Amino acid sequence: MVTSASMTAMNENTTMNETPQSATVTDIVERKTKLGGATVGNVRSEHPFMVAEDVNVWYGDNHAIQNVSLEVGKKEVIALIGPSGCGKSTFLRCLNRMNDTIDTARVTGNITLDGKDIYRKEQDPVALRARVGMVFQKPNPFPKSIYDNVAYGPRIHGLASDRAELDDIVHSSLERAGLLKEVKDRLDEPGTSLSGGQQQRLCIARTIAVNPEVILMDEPCSALDPIATARIEDLMDELCEDYAIVIVTHSMQQAARVSKRVAYFHLGLLVEVDETDTIFTNPQHKLTEDYITGRIG
Amino acid sequence: MQSTTLILLLGFMAVAAFFFGRRRALALVGGPGHGTALHSLPGYHGHYVAIWVALPALALLLLWLLVEPRLVVALVIKGLPQAYQDWPAGELNLLVNNIRNLAAGDVVSVAVDDVLRNAATLYNSYVEKSRQLLAVLTLGLAGLGGAIAWRRIHPDLRARNRVERVIRWFLIAASSIAIFTTIGIVLSVLFEAIRFFQEVPLSEFLFGTTWSPQTAIRADQVGSSGSFGAVPLFTGTMLITGIAMIVAVPVGLMTAIYLAEYSSARVRGIAKPLLEILAGIPTVVYGFFAALTVAPWVRQAGESVGIEVASESALAAGLVMGIMIIPLVSSLSDDAINAVPSAMRDGALGLGSTRSETMSKVILPAALPGIVGGILLAVSRAIGETMIVVMAAGLAANLTANPFEAVTTVTVQIVTLLVGDQEFDSAKTLAAFALGLMLFVVTLFLNVIGLSVVRKYREEYD
Amino acid sequence: MNKNQTTRQKVEAGLPRRRRKEFLFRSVGMLATAVGIVFLGVFFASLIADGSTAFKQTFLKLDIELSEDTLAPDGELDLAYADFDGLVRSALRDALPEVSGRSDRRELYRIVSIGASYQVRDLLAANPELLGTTQTMWVPASSNVDMLIKGNIDANVDAALRPISDKQIAWVQALQESGRLATRFNTALFSNGDSREPELAGIKGAVMGSLYMLVVTLALSFPIGVAAAIYLEEFAPRNRWSDLIEVNINNLAAVPSIVFGLLGLAVFINWVGLPRSAPLVGGLVLTLLTLPVIIIASRASIKAVPPSIREAALGLGASQMQVVFHHVLPLALPGMLTGAIIGMSRALGESAPLLMIGMVAFIVDVPGSLADPSTALPVQIYLWADSPERAFAERTSAAIIVLLGFLLVMNLTAVILRRRLERKW
Repeated sequence: MVTSASMTAMNENTTMNETPQSATVTDIVERKTKLGGATVGNVRSEHPFMVAEDVNVWYGDNHAIQNVSLEVGKKEVIALIGPSGCGKSTFLRCLNRMNDTIDTARVTGNITLDGKDIYRKEQDPVALRARVGMVFQKPNPFPKSIYDNVAYGPRIHGLASDRAELDDIVHSSLERAGLLKEVKDRLDEPGTSLSGGQQQRLCIARTIAVNPEVILMDEPCSALDPIATARIEDLMDELCEDYAIVIVTHSMQQAARVSKRVAYFHLGLLVEVDETDTIFTNPQHKLTEDYITGRIG
Repeated sequence: MQSTTLILLLGFMAVAAFFFGRRRALALVGGPGHGTALHSLPGYHGHYVAIWVALPALALLLLWLLVEPRLVVALVIKGLPQAYQDWPAGELNLLVNNIRNLAAGDVVSVAVDDVLRNAATLYNSYVEKSRQLLAVLTLGLAGLGGAIAWRRIHPDLRARNRVERVIRWFLIAASSIAIFTTIGIVLSVLFEAIRFFQEVPLSEFLFGTTWSPQTAIRADQVGSSGSFGAVPLFTGTMLITGIAMIVAVPVGLMTAIYLAEYSSARVRGIAKPLLEILAGIPTVVYGFFAALTVAPWVRQAGESVGIEVASESALAAGLVMGIMIIPLVSSLSDDAINAVPSAMRDGALGLGSTRSETMSKVILPAALPGIVGGILLAVSRAIGETMIVVMAAGLAANLTANPFEAVTTVTVQIVTLLVGDQEFDSAKTLAAFALGLMLFVVTLFLNVIGLSVVRKYREEYD
Repeated sequence: MNKNQTTRQKVEAGLPRRRRKEFLFRSVGMLATAVGIVFLGVFFASLIADGSTAFKQTFLKLDIELSEDTLAPDGELDLAYADFDGLVRSALRDALPEVSGRSDRRELYRIVSIGASYQVRDLLAANPELLGTTQTMWVPASSNVDMLIKGNIDANVDAALRPISDKQIAWVQALQESGRLATRFNTALFSNGDSREPELAGIKGAVMGSLYMLVVTLALSFPIGVAAAIYLEEFAPRNRWSDLIEVNINNLAAVPSIVFGLLGLAVFINWVGLPRSAPLVGGLVLTLLTLPVIIIASRASIKAVPPSIREAALGLGASQMQVVFHHVLPLALPGMLTGAIIGMSRALGESAPLLMIGMVAFIVDVPGSLADPSTALPVQIYLWADSPERAFAERTSAAIIVLLGFLLVMNLTAVILRRRLERKW
């Protein structure tokens, strides 16, 4: 339960004038823009791998992401949650510069990968995306064979020097994605002939084949049935041994199941970040509490 | 009286009928305030009467105008002295034309003798009588129709339904015109082509390699041997079409790719309208440009490198035709590329592809059916193109694959065979219809496949 | 970590080659786009360069004595047979009195167009009271002189290879120096019909012919096209038949236009017996050509009307016909109109089918009705393009400029109409 005392205790920089019970969005905005970066909780991570500092994103005149700072740790799963349209996907897309493909998008702030700014001029987005992969909401296998789908990434980046090596990469990626057993005998069939869940695992295999360091997942299970969803959630447990995973999800239960840390976004602002347990049992901000109890969103 | 005057009169009668009908409908129920007693709005009653006035009369008028010329000619021929009636069909036709011309006060090609003069006077008198009869019958029918309809007006008359039914039939008729056009094309071309193939065997036409369509006007005329082997025409058409495609397909496709993937919205906003303008230039203008500017330039360029280039080279015509087709290929490819779901593009980019890799390895293969369909339509357009080749390509059939020589195409021959005075029945003019048949069949084939591919492809991703 | 490092190395190693490919690909795309645009620029530049001179014509100032003796030797003036030529010639002799000898004088007379005598005749026809006076008139020079003045004839070339002789050049210069030569706006281009003499040739006949044909085409193809579209979209049952019709219409839109010409020849001229070269027949053929375009455009606009509007009307008790005509049609009309304008502009530029139905004749008179023989503007361009004379080349370009002007206006109207009347559902 949020009390006025804990609110003032947590937000060291708050002035005392407002009544803590009525934490409205405008309050938050005012507070943040005046004081900057007053996200509740702990934006930091133990072994930070990707660091976002004061990131703002505009789509034309629409200020979609406001002053977000967040750290993503190596080999951890962090879930981004929040109501629809609050900027989770937008923020995600900043991490692999997919927003570059949108003409009207403008990104300011600092995002580093392993210490280096990913928006610096010398950074080629092509190389970046080989290190930060993405799995999309709706499974989008290419209209090619299963083999060619997985082999696409290694081929364009020149990761395999001969066919045998490529075979290796394809097989191991499919294995790690938990799909090999099901498609072993039909690698030549089109990727689109698989079921929804299989297609998503194919997309995960495809992403893994490039050997990234971070995997971004944009609501990967929202188009899948519960069984397929469960399989992918199990997969994430294994995957986080090798990759940092940032997952955007609408389902709080999913966030609770798979992630170590949770970040709550609200209307383009990062309201609260903390360990999963803390967020779900003892949220410190009223908006967070309202969201997880279902009062908003 | 003139048929236009008649039509106008009918128009007035129909309008008047409308007002009368409407008034009567209202009168029958006791005035505008009681309109709800009628099944249909008063206006519909008015339309009902108007239709009964106009439609039967118009139908009669049209039928009459179609039949009249034939009937009058037959009667005039009957009135000729017996000797003339036994003339062969061709000469009789000529005579009839002369009679007609004389009757209209135009120039006649032979000396005017009594027979001709009498026939002409007879012609005019028949026409006059016919027109008078027509006027009476038409207006009478209109009046009769109006009267019948007027008497039928009754509060319970389902005027709206009847009027709507007539409108519906009109709509159906309008739709069938499209079918009739196709049937008309097929039949008319087929009919004449069959007559041609009765004179020239199909095998000679399809496989013969000499095209020299002279037919004797007199039996003893020199150079009258006609050979109708159309192979040089087919190869000429394919040569020019091929050159055009070599220009149009790469340029059109790369233009579509650039505009879809790389260009800013501003560049797109300028380039697309400009390409539209390119597509809107009439082909006769392209032909003029090809003949006057491009062909001499190609010839000079060739001569400076030591190649001999004809002044009507296939290259010049093919180049200009290719440029004309660029917008078509570009816009159809653009459609195909844009139909590929953006998820595919995002997926490829997310894996770290460059834009060119995304385009060439993911999007183009996915868009390929649509692009191929577009190319088929472009080929069909090139094959059927007339003015550019008429003005810039040659007239003499030449069986060659050398783009620097002059060749002729199917469409050029159709034009040269039919433009100018000749007897309509000679093998020479019939050959044009045989060529037209080939052209129609081939382009139909390409169009059906191309359109169905483009359409199916669009549905697949919808 | 090591695996990641090797991966990164491999990726980095491949980047330069991929960036090069990207650059090449993009450049090729840019180049390709430029091809069409550059061609357009070159084309318009050459068109304007060639054709703009045709809007001017060289005129000569002559003092023409309308002597009664020459014109009406018997006391009566017969405009059809009077010797206007003689008047023009004597005026020429007066202007250049140094020219003597029969052959020289014959050459002298050739520097004036035969249109000069027509001009004198027309003047007298309009103002008969001028008989006996002397009038100063600007008459058109012959096309050779016109070409000389416009710089299209090289005076240095050997005399045998050019159409104008040294003496004639000298006389023209003399006239120029005495202020008797001027270039003015070539009104003949717009007020005359076709002519064998380039300096008298105009596009009025062709323009009127095209206009008549377009009127016929519009009057027929718009109602029929809209009616067909309404039926096919709103009333026709969705079965194999209607599918067949749709395929048929799409195909007709792609049939080569010359085939329509063959159809017109076989059916309208030979079977029905309509007069050749008449705008009526041209209009009918163009109607068949334009119909598929209008049907397709109209169907698209009808489809765009949301079903909610139809349902609302039906719910109020309107019959289906009433729904269509009172509600759907008015909303779909802007799209149909733009489709019609675009169809018309396509029809205006067509020439191949018109060649088939006989519009290639040399028609001098401006057509007065739908049944008079006429030609059309694109066909006129085709005919003039065939002429070897230099003067016709520039007039062909001018006629093309006029044709493109019409097309530009029509298409702009369509675009503006579309923008103005576009509704966002």
